[in-house]
Amino acid sequence: MAYQVQWPSVIVGSLIYTDVNYYKIIHMYKNLKVIIWLAVGLLGTFALSTIALNRGESINALWLITAAVCIYAIAYRFYAAWIAATVLTIDETRATPAERLDNGRDFMPTNKWVVFGHHFAAIAGPGPLVGPTLAAQFGYLPGTLWILIGAVLGGAVQDMVTLFFSIRRDGRSLGQMARDEIGVIGGTAALIGTFLITIILIAVLGLVVVNAMKHSPWATSTVAATIPIAMFIGLYMRNIRPGRVLEASAIGVALLLFSVLAGGWVDHNATLRVLFDREGLPLAYAIIVYGFAAAVLPVWLLLAPRDYLSTYMKLGTVVLLAIAIVILRPDIHMPALTQFIDGTGPIFGGKLFPFVFITIACGAISGFHALIASGTTPKLLANERDIRMIGYGAMLLESFVAIMAMIAATVLEPGVFFAINSPAGVVGKEAIDAVAKINSWGFAVTVEQMNQLAKDMGESSLFARTGGAPSLAVGMASIFGKAFGKNLLALWYHFAIMFEAIFILTTLDAGTRVGRFMLQDMLGNFNKKLGETSYMPSVILTSALVVAGWGYFLYIGVIDPNGGVNILWPLFGIANQMLAAIALCVATGILVKSGKLKYAWVTALPLTWLVMITTTAAYQKIFSDDIRVGFFAAANDLSTKLAAGALPADKAAVAPQLIFNQHLDAYLTVFFVAVLWIVIIDMLAVCMRHCAGKPVLPLSEVPHSATQLDDLWVRD
Amino acid sequence: MLKRVSVLWQNIRQLSGDDAYERYLKHYAEHQAVQENLEPPLSREAYFKQWQDSKWKGMRRCC
Repeated sequence: MAYQVQWPSVIVGSLIYTDVNYYKIIHMYKNLKVIIWLAVGLLGTFALSTIALNRGESINALWLITAAVCIYAIAYRFYAAWIAATVLTIDETRATPAERLDNGRDFMPTNKWVVFGHHFAAIAGPGPLVGPTLAAQFGYLPGTLWILIGAVLGGAVQDMVTLFFSIRRDGRSLGQMARDEIGVIGGTAALIGTFLITIILIAVLGLVVVNAMKHSPWATSTVAATIPIAMFIGLYMRNIRPGRVLEASAIGVALLLFSVLAGGWVDHNATLRVLFDREGLPLAYAIIVYGFAAAVLPVWLLLAPRDYLSTYMKLGTVVLLAIAIVILRPDIHMPALTQFIDGTGPIFGGKLFPFVFITIACGAISGFHALIASGTTPKLLANERDIRMIGYGAMLLESFVAIMAMIAATVLEPGVFFAINSPAGVVGKEAIDAVAKINSWGFAVTVEQMNQLAKDMGESSLFARTGGAPSLAVGMASIFGKAFGKNLLALWYHFAIMFEAIFILTTLDAGTRVGRFMLQDMLGNFNKKLGETSYMPSVILTSALVVAGWGYFLYIGVIDPNGGVNILWPLFGIANQMLAAIALCVATGILVKSGKLKYAWVTALPLTWLVMITTTAAYQKIFSDDIRVGFFAAANDLSTKLAAGALPADKAAVAPQLIFNQHLDAYLTVFFVAVLWIVIIDMLAVCMRHCAGKPVLPLSEVPHSATQLDDLWVRD
Repeated sequence: MLKRVSVLWQNIRQLSGDDAYERYLKHYAEHQAVQENLEPPLSREAYFKQWQDSKWKGMRRCC
């Protein structure tokens, strides 16, 4: 009793001691809560209508933040709580795998804030930063709405239910759950899907880093310096002071910040400068070699220490950005909607529907998260009641990161934004042509303005720096610069580039390694020796295969005059949304099989939407006549021009490879959609059999056993 | 206030894995010793190697 009224008792003091007053207090407390939530709702509605209906000059970024926070709060308090209590029927008395299978290593009851930290660090990668930046070509509104609605009704639900089902199944992975609950076909599809999406993700991220380093001695030398720094920290943690993680990380972060500073000296030194001033291709080769080395070298030397450093950098920078936005309250200069919703956008071709939903995957809904939510996280959770906070809450935070990326992209003048992000193949190689083209779209920008900006940022040029990283860095630098000191713009810019590069490279090497494990696992079915993770010839063979896979896409992306991102990012988006659809299929199937047909819409609703957008996007990517959308259309266009001799020599030289790649991408898209529909039909068949009373695979949920943990000391 | 700072510090240490060895020793004392497993606990160095390798077996990072 006293516990429940603690909070209002502060307000009403001594009244607490009589019974009558107790009810009054409870009543007041309830009223107060209703009033507070009504206020949050009203504020959210007001903020949302302000950003949606504003057609004026500019709008303050604080409105986006306000709308986001109110929507997240309401969704978390009501929708997520309802799902947890009514749909999933979370059981606090049930022992979790962490308790039952506790081995002191991977299974271990862990403080909920620590689990939250691990989970968030694992799910939040470069995706929510790059996607919104690219999607800003449609204006700030479509992307923002999708990030908010998609996360609340889709992404966070997916993460939470996957985490729940995995916890009820001893922390089994998505692929295993698909096999156990739906069948072999679903399980195999999930496995192959995961492997392919990893390949494409790594390629596109590699491309983002290459584009950020191209002809930038400062960025290249700083990013290069992160490798020896990580190795030094690895040695430090392993041999000099074993296991002193925090101490080593602090040294590492200090060294990283120093490397940003030192990059400036390299940039100003005539002899060192040329060493790091490189074209795209040599940089791509360097990344390919690096990826191979990172997959073969022991984890403690490069992977693990880099991961530590990138996690601190990521968390620190995200917090810093949030503080800076709140202090500065910048105005958004991008219009709510641009004319590019008709599909003529320079950054990537394709109409608002479905391509805004494909471009922003992470931040709204991301299939990759299902792998984390059914990987390390379910093995750590001490009590089921924290599933909402970890599964739903962490995704909301990632969605918030995406909103901040959207703000950083849209505070730039639209002319500047398009000058940085439009590939040379669309606006022309010369600055004067690019500016004329962008002016013709109605966005003001001048060559002098861009040159001055490049000078401020310590770069030789900011034209056609595709991939999203440079424009995000310019946006972040201008926000940080205004909030914390304007003289340091170039430093802030390269800090932002280093911050993006370090965790892109972490995803790249961790992804290569995971891809290697998956491949070894698959090959192990044919040849036992190849399946051994420590058998060196197999390690080298599978690592080389995985690196060759993403290396190929990276190479094509670099030689593509249209920047490559316009091809690879949609492909990645389709693959990621396909994986999300598979995860939602598994969840829907389990809900139906558990006799919760009437609640199955909770996962079936986002599933239906994902199927619609991925199928439409794939259809357009395959059949569209628009050469900037359809793969076959682009390939045919290029071959006609090549045959007619209409291409300049440099383009003609790479045309055959580009044509081949367009065909490959088209077949890959066909494959993704086919996999998706196979899983859906498989799931529907299982559901219909169940509803008709026919036998289906039994639920693989482990039986209830009561928790023995006095969980207060573990959780809090 | 001081208590809160110390709790926060504990959480940061746990989050980063800084106290993993101490936790292992505690887990060892509670579980393995009871099971009459007479193998001595690993050294800090050996434990850290094992811990780091086991952490990197599966999917750890995403987009």
